[in-house]
Amino acid sequence: MSRVSSFLLRRRGGTRWDWTDVFTWFWLIGGFILMFGPAAWLVNSSFKTPAALAEFPPTLLPYVTELIQVEGYDNPLPLYEVTDENGDARVLAEVRRIGIVAQMVDPANPGEIIKVNIQDRTPRRTVSFATENYVEPLVANDFLRYLWNSVFVTVMATIITLLTNSMAAFALSKYQFRGRSTVMMLIVATLMVPLSVIIVPLYSVISAMGLFNSLWGVILPTVATPTGVFMLRQYMLTIPDELIDAARMDKASEWQIYWRIVLPLTAPALAVLAIFSVVWRWNDFLWPLIVLSRRELYTLQVGLNTYAGELNVQWHFILAMTVVTMIPVVLVFIFLQRFITTGIAGAGLK
Amino acid sequence: MSRITLTGVSRSFGQVQVLHDIDLDIRDGELVVFVGPSGCGKSTLLRLIAGLDRPTKGTIAINDEDVTRVAAADRGLAMVFQSYALYPHMSVRQNLAFGLENARMPRAEIDQRIAEAARMLEIAPYLDRRPGQLSGGQRQRVAIGRAIVRNPTAFLLDEPLSNLDAELRISTRAELAALHERLSATMIYVTHDQTEAMTLADRIVVLRAGRIEQVGTPLELYNRPANLFVAGFIGAPRMNFLPAKIGGTKDGRTRLDLEGAGSLEVEAVAASAGDEITLGLRPHQLRLVDGGEGMTAEVSLVEALGSETVVHTRTAGGQSLLAVLSGQHDVAAGETARFGLVSADLHLFDKDGVRLQPAAN
Repeated sequence: MSRVSSFLLRRRGGTRWDWTDVFTWFWLIGGFILMFGPAAWLVNSSFKTPAALAEFPPTLLPYVTELIQVEGYDNPLPLYEVTDENGDARVLAEVRRIGIVAQMVDPANPGEIIKVNIQDRTPRRTVSFATENYVEPLVANDFLRYLWNSVFVTVMATIITLLTNSMAAFALSKYQFRGRSTVMMLIVATLMVPLSVIIVPLYSVISAMGLFNSLWGVILPTVATPTGVFMLRQYMLTIPDELIDAARMDKASEWQIYWRIVLPLTAPALAVLAIFSVVWRWNDFLWPLIVLSRRELYTLQVGLNTYAGELNVQWHFILAMTVVTMIPVVLVFIFLQRFITTGIAGAGLK
Repeated sequence: MSRITLTGVSRSFGQVQVLHDIDLDIRDGELVVFVGPSGCGKSTLLRLIAGLDRPTKGTIAINDEDVTRVAAADRGLAMVFQSYALYPHMSVRQNLAFGLENARMPRAEIDQRIAEAARMLEIAPYLDRRPGQLSGGQRQRVAIGRAIVRNPTAFLLDEPLSNLDAELRISTRAELAALHERLSATMIYVTHDQTEAMTLADRIVVLRAGRIEQVGTPLELYNRPANLFVAGFIGAPRMNFLPAKIGGTKDGRTRLDLEGAGSLEVEAVAASAGDEITLGLRPHQLRLVDGGEGMTAEVSLVEALGSETVVHTRTAGGQSLLAVLSGQHDVAAGETARFGLVSADLHLFDKDGVRLQPAAN
């Protein structure tokens, strides 16, 4: 353990601090806060009650004011620490507040009302995690349904993406035919057309096909990605043609060459594309929002949007469900980051 | 039975014609070597026979059956590739089984054939390894094994030894020869290495720029090269070429004037006096003589190898002349050496590079 810490804390200046040590620590800590801070803040805030979220200045940890059941009152009363004129500290429960004067009561002696200036009291608070932010949407608000829809869309879209894109890439990398590079250029050129440009015609197509308000309407338009075709093709170009010739001599059909030779050898690139596809489809918002108008078909991202009403934004639910939506993507990044970096390095895309 | 006949086979890639009207008859059980410098079209020719590529003109027949339009898989041939082309994601066993599975052979027979090939090639201990875990020589055996299990009518080998180190190449060459002996199958072997061609071949096909220069047994090619190219290509070290002029023919002997290197008398050839010709002399044909008729040249470098002495010389005409003398000789750089001939096998070529025939009478 001490060796680990001495390895991690070793300095360029030996026992003294070189300026590069200071700079490195500053840079790393600063970067850590910059990158990780917002995410940590999100997770933290997702456990706060609506009241704690509205509080200013915000607190780091989720606090709630302690409540106490006092005899003679129907509702639990909030507890305050009060300093009286003599400088003695007492714990009182607040009954009501009028202007700057709070009417308070001693839980031990509920009959007597004590008037206290609100300047002289501070709420007595404890750290408490508002897990109902999570439980309520997941149980009552159909978020498990949305989660399932998201998983379905992501998994199906990814499988179909891998299949169709690898077939296209196989044809474009291993067959010589007239117009091959033209087709490739056309496919790559569609990278330059953003979704917002084709959203209306795409909607007409989906609607005419009767896929409106269907998860397949979300899945199918997204499966053919030029990025995927490009990335897989570049990778397949590195597979030696002699292997394919050898397979042809071995009586393999074209389908077998694709399925048993080329596809297994493309596995690293397929893994990268699978990761990208999962992240893309999981985070998709605009297109599902357009296609899906029935509540039970919502994906997570669309479902999140329902908490942001015109008049009332339920921040506590949004924050909590954002954390839920983030978890799979974060897991993908943690466990598959090696593939992601090679993918970005290999295809020059992200 | 497997006889392969090529008739008028040509292949062009766009404007570039790679093969010109190749006619060739490969007999059953023969080991034919295609040899030539890189870019001569030998690998293309092999791919045409394999069916991986189609000729633009001409026909290919196996056992007198036209297979020009038949797919590679249905020609019953097996190929060993230069890079071996083993499937890297499959074990050796799966590599061997792949072709048989595609042919829907029963499992038991596949296993039996693999076992047999593994025993023959001594690859049984690594049947469950991946190609990436094998050495170059082992991979090479697996590649040959993959061809053997198919039990093909003919083997096509595309520079199978070029990725091995020198020592392994020699031992594998011997193994290949033994394998050919044992299987007595037709084999077509492509190489750019004339030594490989000489040691392995029943017949050699010398190719240059898409044309067949000469077809013959190794010794035919060595002893009677049809033209300058074959003469220069076959035999190591390379044949010496000296420009010469026909001096005149008398009593069935023709005198050759070697520009600045003396003169020689040879058996009469079909050429007239004054013709410019090229004389080809194998380095092994030269010996040192003390005087009289012969060629003189200045020694520039002597390599004494013990069993033989390699003498690099330069004639007065500026031509380099290499002599490989058997045994040890007392020659030093800077001296002038006088060479005679060990045998009368001279190679004379006219100014188009074609071998001169002996005079008719």
